[in-house]
Amino acid sequence: MSGDINLTLKVWRQAGPKAKGKLESYKVVANEHMSFLEMLDVLNEQLISEKQEPITFEHDCREGICGSCSMVINGQPHGPQTGTTACQLHMRHYKDGETIVVEPFRATAFPVLKDLSVDRSAFDRVIQAGGYVSVNTGQAVDGNSIPIEKDLSLKAFDSATCIGCGACVAACPNGSAMLFTSAKVSHLGLLPQGKVEGVSRVKGMVAQMDKEGFGMCSNIGACEAECPKEISIDNIARMNREYTGAMLGSE
Amino acid sequence: MGWLLNFFTSSIGRKIIMSLTGIFLILFLTVHLIGNLQLLIDDEGKAFNIYSDFMGNNTLIQIISKGNFFFIILHTIQGILLYFKNKSAKGSKYAVSPKNKTTWASKNMALLGTLVLAFILMHLGHFFYQFKFNAAAQAMASYDGVQIIDSYARVVEVLTDPIWLACYLLGLAVLAFHLSHGFGSAFQSLGLNHKKYTPIINFVGKAYSILIPLGFAIIPLYLFFTK
Ligand code: HEM
Ligand code: SF4
Ligand code: FES
Repeated sequence: MSGDINLTLKVWRQAGPKAKGKLESYKVVANEHMSFLEMLDVLNEQLISEKQEPITFEHDCREGICGSCSMVINGQPHGPQTGTTACQLHMRHYKDGETIVVEPFRATAFPVLKDLSVDRSAFDRVIQAGGYVSVNTGQAVDGNSIPIEKDLSLKAFDSATCIGCGACVAACPNGSAMLFTSAKVSHLGLLPQGKVEGVSRVKGMVAQMDKEGFGMCSNIGACEAECPKEISIDNIARMNREYTGAMLGSE
Repeated sequence: MGWLLNFFTSSIGRKIIMSLTGIFLILFLTVHLIGNLQLLIDDEGKAFNIYSDFMGNNTLIQIISKGNFFFIILHTIQGILLYFKNKSAKGSKYAVSPKNKTTWASKNMALLGTLVLAFILMHLGHFFYQFKFNAAAQAMASYDGVQIIDSYARVVEVLTDPIWLACYLLGLAVLAFHLSHGFGSAFQSLGLNHKKYTPIINFVGKAYSILIPLGFAIIPLYLFFTK
């Protein structure tokens, strides 16, 4: 077919959380119109027809909004295209005959479950520790009843685009979750509705982040470079400010 | 005081310790260089010797000096602890090393810091140890009838040795790399990030990390080629 490309894939195969994994080689014919995940689907069909175990990988929306897809492609979380999730990466970026190495996200707080799938529930617990705004039940309030400065709402929105994929942790040589946590702290804390719980939020989320065993930020900037939503490390500085203020200033 | 301990043992608090101690050491380096530039004056070391004698005997300076030792130790211990914690938080490495626009120095601060520590220890052995604990072996200089240690003679003795000269130049190069990331990083850790000021801070950081080690390097080179 026109646009077909022959690829060699080296994929991390690991039977379970405790099993020892290794890279396995596969040949696959992909079409340049496929997404990266569709190419993996083709490979899996091939494996199933050969009575082999298909590769486990996570996916849901396949349109770059859910944050499920998680894999490191040739050393880069979500692959080579900036601001793009793995599911939105297309095979036209690869040439015939290329070898692609696919590995799971690596961090102690994200243990491998199987093949390319890792346990990211640590992020859920960080969110539970303060990543919310409490609202009263009853009649819905008018969306525009609280005036918000345009610049602030834009900043909050930029931070809110974080899809919780964990690529920042995967990219960070320290396995730090500062970009994710700071995006959530900023997204809520910048807005008047979120300011109310600002102090307890930043304290709670940072404490949980530390408890989960994520590393510390050395300001390397790999997270920002690999984040599919291009979340800025300005958020990390903002969280450091808020956290210092909350820990030293609050009563 | 539990809250204070909680703060300084949190991931962010520990980085605040790194940045505050780092900034103190940056300030120290600046003052140290200004003092040392007196070695370039062509007066057989008179200005430098009088300055050294003052620094060694002034109470306030001595208190700051103790603080300086304390901060170096704190920065070192915390830096090494961070290194091991971060290494274990990463767990395993990727088969393919990632290519992205991050600097080498930012990923090797602990290695650079350890080399800086080796440099500091060598330097203390050459001068601090000699003047404090081995003063009897030092030549004396006499100005207006007052005898003080001839620090200048010791400096010239050490720095005109080609091997020590090479060690000093190497140590300064390592320091330059440590600072090239450390200066800007310290402000980011403190949360001092601003659209208008961050580019200026980063520019000053780059300039500082080149000019300060260069300023220090001129001294041994000058002494080596003129004495
Ligand atoms: C004159 C000596 C030194 C100066 C001026 C200096 C300065 C700095 C500064 C400004 C930072 C940035 C702090 C931050 O990112 O918040 C830093 C980081 C660091 N320093 Fe030093 N330092 C010196 C010596 C040392 C020594 C002796 C060590 C020993 C191991 C060391 C280890 C580290 C490490 C590991 C970091 C990175 C911490 C991290 O971001 O994870 N430094 N230094
Ligand atoms: S900050 Fe970016 S990389 Fe990290 S979880 Fe959010 S979207 Fe993913
Ligand atoms: S599958 Fe939803 S973001 Fe990729």
